[in-house]
Amino acid sequence: MKRKREIKTMSREIVLGAIKNSFVKLNPLKMYKNPVMFVVEVGMFITLLATIFPTYFGSTYDEVGYNALITFILFITVLFANFAEALAEGKGKAQADTLKKTKKETMAKLIKSDGSIKMVKSSELKKGDIVLCEAGDIIPADGEIIEGLAAIDESAITGESAPVIKEAGGDFSSVTGGTKVISDSIKVQVTVDEGESFLDRMIKMVEGAKRQKSPNEIALTTVLVSLTIIFIIVVMTLYPMAKFVHVRISATTLIALLVCLIPTTIGGLLSAIGIAGMDRVTRFNVIAMSGKAVEAAGDIDTMLLDKTGTITFGNRLAADFIPVGGHKKEEVTYYALVSSLKDLTPEGRSIVDLAKKMGVKVPEDILDGAVVIEFTAETRMSGLNLKDGTIVRKGSYDKVKEYIKEQGGEIPEDLDKEVEKISLLGGTPLVVVKDKEVLGVIYLKDTIKPGMKERFKQLRAMGIKTIMVTGDNPLTAKTIAEEAGVDEFIAESKPEDKINVIKREQAAGRLVAMTGDGTNDAPALAQADVGLAMNSGTMAAKEAANMVDLDSDPTKIIEVVAIGKQLLMTRGALTTFSIANDVAKYFAILPAIMSDTLPSIKVLDIMKLSSPTNAILSALIFNAIIIPILIPIAMRGVKYRPMSANALLARNLLIYGLGGLIAPFVGIKLIDLIISSIF
Amino acid sequence: MYSNIELFTMILVIVLLTKPFGTYMYKIFEYKPMKLDKVFLPVENFIYKLSGINAQEEMGWKKYALSFLLVNTVMMIIGYIILRIQGFLPLNPTGVKNMESSLAFNTAISFTTNTNLQHYAGENGVTFLSQMIVIVFLMFTSAASGLVTAAAIMRGLSRKTKLLGNFYADFVRVTVRLLLPISMVITLILVWQGVPQTFAGKIVVDTLEGGKQTIITGPVAVLESIKHLGTNGGGFFGANSSHPFENPTWLTNMIEMLLMMLLPASLIYTYGLMINNKKHALVLYISLFVIFILLAVGAIYTESHPGVAYSKLHIDGTPYGNYEGKEIRFGVSQSPLFATVTTAFTTGSVDSMHDSYTPLGGAVPLILIMLNTIFGGDGVGLQNIIMYTILTVFLTGLMVGRTPEYLGRKIETKEIKLIAIAILVHPFLILFSSALTVMLKVGVSSVTNPLYHGLTQVLYEFSSAAANNGSEFAGFIGNTVFMNIMTGLVMFFGRYITIILMLAVAGSMAEKIPAPPSPGTFRTDNALFGAIFIAIVVIVGALTFFPAIILGPISEFLSMT
Repeated sequence: MKRKREIKTMSREIVLGAIKNSFVKLNPLKMYKNPVMFVVEVGMFITLLATIFPTYFGSTYDEVGYNALITFILFITVLFANFAEALAEGKGKAQADTLKKTKKETMAKLIKSDGSIKMVKSSELKKGDIVLCEAGDIIPADGEIIEGLAAIDESAITGESAPVIKEAGGDFSSVTGGTKVISDSIKVQVTVDEGESFLDRMIKMVEGAKRQKSPNEIALTTVLVSLTIIFIIVVMTLYPMAKFVHVRISATTLIALLVCLIPTTIGGLLSAIGIAGMDRVTRFNVIAMSGKAVEAAGDIDTMLLDKTGTITFGNRLAADFIPVGGHKKEEVTYYALVSSLKDLTPEGRSIVDLAKKMGVKVPEDILDGAVVIEFTAETRMSGLNLKDGTIVRKGSYDKVKEYIKEQGGEIPEDLDKEVEKISLLGGTPLVVVKDKEVLGVIYLKDTIKPGMKERFKQLRAMGIKTIMVTGDNPLTAKTIAEEAGVDEFIAESKPEDKINVIKREQAAGRLVAMTGDGTNDAPALAQADVGLAMNSGTMAAKEAANMVDLDSDPTKIIEVVAIGKQLLMTRGALTTFSIANDVAKYFAILPAIMSDTLPSIKVLDIMKLSSPTNAILSALIFNAIIIPILIPIAMRGVKYRPMSANALLARNLLIYGLGGLIAPFVGIKLIDLIISSIF
Repeated sequence: MYSNIELFTMILVIVLLTKPFGTYMYKIFEYKPMKLDKVFLPVENFIYKLSGINAQEEMGWKKYALSFLLVNTVMMIIGYIILRIQGFLPLNPTGVKNMESSLAFNTAISFTTNTNLQHYAGENGVTFLSQMIVIVFLMFTSAASGLVTAAAIMRGLSRKTKLLGNFYADFVRVTVRLLLPISMVITLILVWQGVPQTFAGKIVVDTLEGGKQTIITGPVAVLESIKHLGTNGGGFFGANSSHPFENPTWLTNMIEMLLMMLLPASLIYTYGLMINNKKHALVLYISLFVIFILLAVGAIYTESHPGVAYSKLHIDGTPYGNYEGKEIRFGVSQSPLFATVTTAFTTGSVDSMHDSYTPLGGAVPLILIMLNTIFGGDGVGLQNIIMYTILTVFLTGLMVGRTPEYLGRKIETKEIKLIAIAILVHPFLILFSSALTVMLKVGVSSVTNPLYHGLTQVLYEFSSAAANNGSEFAGFIGNTVFMNIMTGLVMFFGRYITIILMLAVAGSMAEKIPAPPSPGTFRTDNALFGAIFIAIVVIVGALTFFPAIILGPISEFLSMT
């Protein structure tokens, strides 16, 4: 049901659009925003001039072809970098377009102050207006239900086709523009002005139109600029120093060397990595309000999770059958099963499942002629009256005690003890009765969602501390906490507890993530470094959070953290790769430059390239084509599996560090072989 | 004769001394009680009272940096004035004249910045008064300046307040408790070994040939001890530590090398104590020694196996190695070892002439001052190490999927901007000024060799100035107005820009709340980090200086084959 809006990675239109945009982006006024590639573009203009007026640039007329070739390769290098960015933007835009289709102009039934209804265009609605939405209507704007209850189809936003129930008051009162009322009617107070709705913000985010560089991206750009300046100094000072030792280097060759050295690979892919990272979050049906929020998700140290709904299902399931009064376990299990055969509540079904799993079977005809006694709030017992007259019941301790007394039965001495034991563990005891005899107790327990234990184990390996928040008593909370494997828990929590815990963790230097949906959660969501609100929650919660999960699945926070980490890792890995590449490029270009003056420099030409010119060309071509080769990694992100930082580092270093050192030696040699076979 | 015995003996001794001296410096920087307080406290309190220092006042990074700059500027100006009028002042038994202005400018900066590049002619260029007030005094204060700014930076990375300490109190404590006592002890040992300490001036002796020779003596021993302890490097005599009065014996040679290494190596242990992460410090310590040993062994090997350079001289097969420019009493093993130590620990004293080394042997000291991070000088070395560590953490830390953090504190745009500029300064100064020099006639006139070796001379001069090392490729003519001003500026900027930027980084880091380490955080205390640190230092250094090294020493080497 998830990721309905996934766009095909490389649809034809996206690629074509990206190609067109990579030319548009050549405009120097746009280019300067990417300082590394801007340097390449400036270099390209210089080599272009050197092609036209070679003698002014230390070249001869014989070298016009070489200068032109270098100019062409530089042109392609810039184009490749632009293409990477345009492709990422194109994918975002495609997503935005599908969203925009949702944002149809609709007519709204505006309730005027005198109570009459006026039809207006949805774009004319203002904050504070009240509209009527009836079955079949599209909700015209984001708002809060102030009257009524309705089933709403939110598939346009969430991709989830099952309708959700929304009602005035409480935590399920907010509605999103573009969603559809399926039944009943509601009065909605509009909470945003035109252009600021949730959908609008989503569109802006995925479009990348308002994309601002995130803090880490700025910091990394600073380092890349610094490296670029160092290499500009290196190359500029190389000319006079080389001249001093009678080595002639043309401007074109110097620029080729410069472009090879500056971190064009990461410089060309950096913005694509950022856009693609946001895009991955969106595809997970989570809307992040900023790139900063996604980055912060990667840094999370502590995660605050609600017990009910996130860690456990919230309903209690059978965990054990405990006999009392000298009965056998098989007996309790059998009658517990019989009592629940017609009980369709989750509890009842779990009793049947567990008993069957324990190998207990009932005769097939047992239900023939049996009378089903339904659970009522009054009796708080349910069960069957069998054909043979046997009365089987299960029910709460208090009511069963009363019932047995009425029937004149005996209460076994050890019943109290067992019931208390279960209560202390946080479970719910259901007492099983056959006729007027108490057989034993069913232990109902809050059940942890499948896979959560493994998740917590992974989180621990990633160094993330988990804190469970619950209204249960400390003993119950402890039982669940231990079973799920969370690191800490807060029992009997009051609304202000969450924010206090967040502040405490933050004071210790930790970054905190939490999920929430209620208005009560809003302050804590705002305080947390990453606050993920459920789309089903209140507007206040969504406003306070910096991410909204459209599927309203609180466990998704874990995936969001993984995406944040992956984003940062991808940047780090490609930066390392880019810098490690330089070593091989030096070994290609420097011997080539020196070879005329000092033939013995050949010992440094460890790749044994075919000629000095070919060496420079090969290095430059490698430098250009590595950008498109790495686009898939930039878009997809480097592989991420939850593990310790040290293991991740070792793995990435091996692939991108050592790989970055070796790959260009192989690549440049191959390109040289191809070039030398052509010419 | 080829031997690495001295190298490993020395490392062994330094490793043994690191912990006690590192702990001692920690106690000085953190104002911990010590047994000798009875002796030191009255002296310090007297100085505080005399100069009106409020030792309790804590300073933010800006105030700390300003105090440091103020004190250094005042000393620089006083030094300049004394050198300009030294001929009129007392204690001038050898009749030295006033120093020329560009040379005085260069010398004042040189000694205030802990560089000790000497464009003047040693014993003939300065009076005894200048030797003591300008040279020796600045040797103490420049070392103290480096150490206390390092202390402030370490505090910034370990404290939970924005305040980095009191510059003046730190300055007094380091001088009184560390530099003076050690210098005193060493001075006596050197005197015992035959280093003169006298105001007697000239001795005129009859030579065996029957001629007369004037031998200058003076207050040498006191200078010699702080020269090495303070990683200063400026000699009493022009011939520096190859002069028998500065460095008479095998033992003094060893002591001088150990003294250079003592504080920069021990300071890394101090760092571990300050940041409460001894394992991280150990990783840095071992990593630096790995690079140091590799380069030292390389230098010793090439100098004792000069190969082709000698085969052309038809004395092939000599088992003695390259003795040109070396003292017989130190030989071809201790001399390159001294050269490695003096450039790794950025001191700049020499017991042999680096200009006469084989191309690759001479490349080792050149590479070390270009890297400027292999232990480095007193205090500033550690600052550069921290700078490279932060760069390493930032570049590779992203690969664990978190905003990079160092010692639990996030490295963000503000710090990375400062670090980015700091990393730029050193290569910019070296490459820019070298390029300018070979382009200008006034520059080229200082170069006494053609082609590759000539370029190496220029690169060495400016690397030495930028790294605040002070050693020279001796053939180079340093004392021209152009070179005095150029190197003066390079020394000045090379020293102060980096220190101020690193203090700013520390000030910014101090404001952050450190997060406790977890399995998800980037570890800086294991072998993997050590390997990455080495790789970043070598790769960043190589990428920056590889072309220059190729054009200079490597081409010279290849042109001989």
